[in-house]
Amino acid sequence: MKIEILGTGCAKCKTLYENTKKALEESGKSAELVKVEDIPSIMKYGVMSTPALVINGQVKFSGKVASPAEIAGILS
Amino acid sequence: MLKNFADYLVFTLIGLAPGSRSGDALNFFIYDTIKIFLLLTTIIFVVAIIRTSFPPEKTKRLLSRKREYVGNVLAALLGIVTPFCSCSAVPLFIGFVESGVPLGVTFSFLISSPMVNEVALIMLWGLFGWKIALIYIGTGLLVAILAGIVIGKLKMEKYVQDYVWEMQVGNADIVQLTFREKLDYARQYTRDLLKKIWPYVVVGVGLGAFIHGFVPQDFLADWAGRDNPFAVPVAVALGVPLYSNAAGVIPIVHALMEKGMAIGTVLAFMMAVTALSLPEAIILKNVLKNRLLLVFFGTVACAIVFVGYLFNAIL
Repeated sequence: MKIEILGTGCAKCKTLYENTKKALEESGKSAELVKVEDIPSIMKYGVMSTPALVINGQVKFSGKVASPAEIAGILS
Repeated sequence: MLKNFADYLVFTLIGLAPGSRSGDALNFFIYDTIKIFLLLTTIIFVVAIIRTSFPPEKTKRLLSRKREYVGNVLAALLGIVTPFCSCSAVPLFIGFVESGVPLGVTFSFLISSPMVNEVALIMLWGLFGWKIALIYIGTGLLVAILAGIVIGKLKMEKYVQDYVWEMQVGNADIVQLTFREKLDYARQYTRDLLKKIWPYVVVGVGLGAFIHGFVPQDFLADWAGRDNPFAVPVAVALGVPLYSNAAGVIPIVHALMEKGMAIGTVLAFMMAVTALSLPEAIILKNVLKNRLLLVFFGTVACAIVFVGYLFNAIL
């Protein structure tokens, strides 16, 4: 599984990255977690409000910081 | 009822004399803080629920290939309900222009969205009353529509950074939220926003209360009254560095108005605080060349100064 956090480096994007990391640790799932900060890659997904969470190339949500519990729900 | 509670607390329980400076200031502070936090909590929550129905992807679709005028009006209105954070300004801008939203229409949105925001409106309504809040919405929309039309007429497409036009933009599906998810989103949004702005509100209302109680009446009448033609432009210039602190600035301005600051000057100052921000300009520099950035700032600033003079003349 590949998880991408889209965001131009704002505080919210960092929080979402940390929350996702926590969700992965707590659920014991393994995944490749990457931060995507360059605009062309973000635009390729058509995302207009950051941060956004992408799993295996599919945008799960954008424009909000989900809690670790919420992310764990999306992961399973 | 709230007024009675504040009176009871300050004059009976704490025992300060009504009409004394410290008594009045504290009474003012307690009454205003409680009122504003009640308003903030309920209205931010309601606005957040409404916003879940207007994700930027949907707004983009509504605006693409719209003509000017109609497009500018629609963009300014959608700016109120579409959630916007200056940190997303770049992807939003690219998404808009790439999907065929005209440049001037995009600017109408970019101007209205931060300016006509719920925190500023709640603070205005709570402190100045609904009439001033409505005037603020109306003139804010007007500034956004007019400035967008002017930028559209100037045909400045070549002053958008070149790479923007070559960008490949994907099509994200609009995620439909269930009502339960909307409520969750709104609750989280309200909590996060309150957490961020509450210190500004408390400090702002506190300073406002101090000014209310301790600064002499008509203190500002000479400098910021309607007879000083420089008051409006100076207020706009002062508003730029105070970006995004509408929550803290509005209570202070409210107290200053009691001390003789003219209403047009007050409105212009508030609009400059919300609409013109240096951090946003730096972010927008990623997609705009200097000339367009200057035109954007200049047009909005001129429109705001005009609003200020207008209301100083008619109210």
